[in-house]
Amino acid sequence: MATAPTSASLDAGAVLPGVRWALVRDMKLALRSRAELGVQLLFYIIVVSLFPLATTPERNLLATMGPGVLWVAALLASLLSLPRLFAADHADGTLEQIALSPYPLPALISGKILAHWLTTGLPIVLLAPVLGFEYWMDGEALATLMLALLLGTPILSLLGAIGAALTLGLRGGGSLLALLILPLYVPVLIFGAGAVDAVRAGLGVTANVSLLGAGLLVAAVGAPFAAAAAVRIALD
Amino acid sequence: MASGNWYRYSSPATFYPLAGKMIPWFGWSAAVLAAIGLWIGLGIAPTDFQQGEAYRIIFIHVPSAWLSMFLYLVMAAWGALFLGFNTRLSAMMAQSLAPTGALMTFIALVTGSFWGRPTWGTYWAWDARMTSELILLFLYLGVMALRNAIDDPRRADRACAVLSLVGAVNVPIIYFSVKWWNTLHQGSSVSLTAAPKMAMTMLTGMLIMSFAAWFYSIAVCLYRVRVIMLERERGSAWVGELQEVEAR
Amino acid sequence: MTEFFAMGGYAFYVWGAYGLTALTLVIEVLSVRSRHHRSLEEARLAAPETTSVAAEGRP
Repeated sequence: MATAPTSASLDAGAVLPGVRWALVRDMKLALRSRAELGVQLLFYIIVVSLFPLATTPERNLLATMGPGVLWVAALLASLLSLPRLFAADHADGTLEQIALSPYPLPALISGKILAHWLTTGLPIVLLAPVLGFEYWMDGEALATLMLALLLGTPILSLLGAIGAALTLGLRGGGSLLALLILPLYVPVLIFGAGAVDAVRAGLGVTANVSLLGAGLLVAAVGAPFAAAAAVRIALD
Repeated sequence: MASGNWYRYSSPATFYPLAGKMIPWFGWSAAVLAAIGLWIGLGIAPTDFQQGEAYRIIFIHVPSAWLSMFLYLVMAAWGALFLGFNTRLSAMMAQSLAPTGALMTFIALVTGSFWGRPTWGTYWAWDARMTSELILLFLYLGVMALRNAIDDPRRADRACAVLSLVGAVNVPIIYFSVKWWNTLHQGSSVSLTAAPKMAMTMLTGMLIMSFAAWFYSIAVCLYRVRVIMLERERGSAWVGELQEVEAR
Repeated sequence: MTEFFAMGGYAFYVWGAYGLTALTLVIEVLSVRSRHHRSLEEARLAAPETTSVAAEGRP
């Protein structure tokens, strides 16, 4: 396993290398346990498929519910996979090493979050058209949904990282994480699922997409710092 | 400014007796204000044309809703002070605010529900304000749950400070998003807790009740912070020398 | 007077709301109080043995 470098310089030039180092490392580790990734994706698929069984196969109702269901399932899948971000490293002491490395911790965490999104969020985005067919969603709705998920799932990873760092090593970890993060997810859910509704109502997608985009920018800048602070708190 | 004086009070040992003196002042002020407010709200203010007497719930619903949001911001502010200056007392103040804030949110939700039933025919409607209050309740419970899950008080202080700051930043975003969602789905934007046109007396009553609620919250939180100080500093010399501790 | 309590037919809602609020606040104060008593007890147990009562032994 690659160890944290000790001779990198501590200036702004260390940010991107830091991101890349953490990204490459986490991707390698994630791809080694492909089965785990597959299981998480399967969870997503199963949850999405449960709703029609619980409600009705009636076409119009499903079409209305579809975006919401896919989004809620994405939230749940994100929650399920978030502990993976820090827990394994924390358990074997690597996280402390990472925190001590000369790379800025927010940069390293950004890399981890990016890896998390590539292995959790992106597959969800790519699966959306397939699952959308279960819900009788038409092409326009599916395209909107994919765009919304593309912008929204990174936000889920970014905000989720803060929660994962705060709850590192705590008892009741998973449910506690859900309680902390889900209220913060609500705006993403509203604007993400609402994008499809807006398109269907003829209002166009611009407003929702702009808000999601703005949210993504703010989260991308702020969340790594908050998560870094939370990691340091957990490690002390 | 004698900043040395202020720093004195940032130590639990000096703040403990000061808080003790402040509690009766705020408590009695709250009681008096509540008496006046209730007199206005239940007695003097005229019956509303549309909502009848049911609108009188406004005199607790609105103050509690305002307090629920205000207390969260104050809690986050104490958290920020703690992260900035590392004063234990700031963290303790934040810790003492959470339960009161959560209860204010609970009261706002329950009274809103009781108000909605006779006026709009339903105990719950997913309108913007009530939904935001619900999420605010979850935010409070989250901070309390996190505090409860962490054994080390120092880590708990810092984690809860970060969490409440992240929450505080998100509260306006959440409110805005819920409002957006609500107007999109209910054209005429029904509000479960829409206030009637406000006569001057109604407004005055609401304002006075808000101050009553605020002073009550201050009194209870000062009371609770004293308890927290006792719990957390229990082996220390100043606690041992307290009159109420030596008295047995 | 009965008019006041009847609240124009909305008695259940108005008094229900006010009553639950009062109950909640009372419960809050009482729970802080009992927590206060408990913490005083524990503070006494944890206090350094410097008081005269302790020196004389337990009554």
